Amino acid sequence: MKAHLSRRYMFSASHRLHSDEMSEEQNRSVYGKCNNPYGHGHNYMLEITVSGPVDERKGMVCNLVDLDAFVQQHVLERYDHQNLNLIQEFTKQVPTTENLCIAIYEIVQRGLRHAHLEKVRIEETMMNSFEYMGEM
Amino acid sequence: MVYLTRKAEFSASHYYHNPEFTPDENARIFGKCNNPNGHGHNYTLEVTVKGAVDPKSGFVVDLKQLKDIMNREVLDSLDHRFLNKEVPEFTNRIPTTENIAITIWQRLAPKLKTAQLHRVRVYETPDLFVDFYGEA
Repeated sequence: MKAHLSRRYMFSASHRLHSDEMSEEQNRSVYGKCNNPYGHGHNYMLEITVSGPVDERKGMVCNLVDLDAFVQQHVLERYDHQNLNLIQEFTKQVPTTENLCIAIYEIVQRGLRHAHLEKVRIEETMMNSFEYMGEM
Repeated sequence: MVYLTRKAEFSASHYYHNPEFTPDENARIFGKCNNPNGHGHNYTLEVTVKGAVDPKSGFVVDLKQLKDIMNREVLDSLDHRFLNKEVPEFTNRIPTTENIAITIWQRLAPKLKTAQLHRVRVYETPDLFVDFYGEA
């Protein structure tokens, strides 16, 4: 039987929302406080949902030890306590939480072999959350 | 179609062990969860039902009835129990969060008359949960 398993992780990072394609004034108008040139930070809550048949012998969709190890090595070590604007994927792309969702989805989709990735969901604050499930 | 979700909490102990595995395999696959004396969690259960809104009552489902069914079919037999030893489904099924969600679905689905069961979500901890949609 197929089930979905979701696991939550925390990481903290800084960013500045700014697009070189817009003027200084447009950037300030579009991104408001998030355009502060010195950047600012968030405690991000990352939720990874995987799915698959529940293995009858182990009772699991995916061994959490494997999922945790993958996310630790490939996601948390990449983003935790970093300035997102300086990470390669955000040198040409604004590090909004939308784009962060897509970037993390692509890392997990490409590398995780233990279960099927369904969704990446990120809460930037308690008030904002974003989800990406791949291109429909 | 409207979806309605009701939450409940239960506390229970369990351990993970498959008699078909060697002691080494059990220890490697299940880690700390293999301790035969068991350990416990405060589980949060979310039951989501779906259906048309009854034009007379304005309800998808009578919440009192849903609460009674959840108490009778699930909470009375899982709350403050050692799942492996006291819940019949888990004599031959490892009480992982995946299997707890499937078991709760199988207990509730036949008892719901007016609304249809959509999802059973079980949180083992605030950062780990499983969704089961009744998929084969």
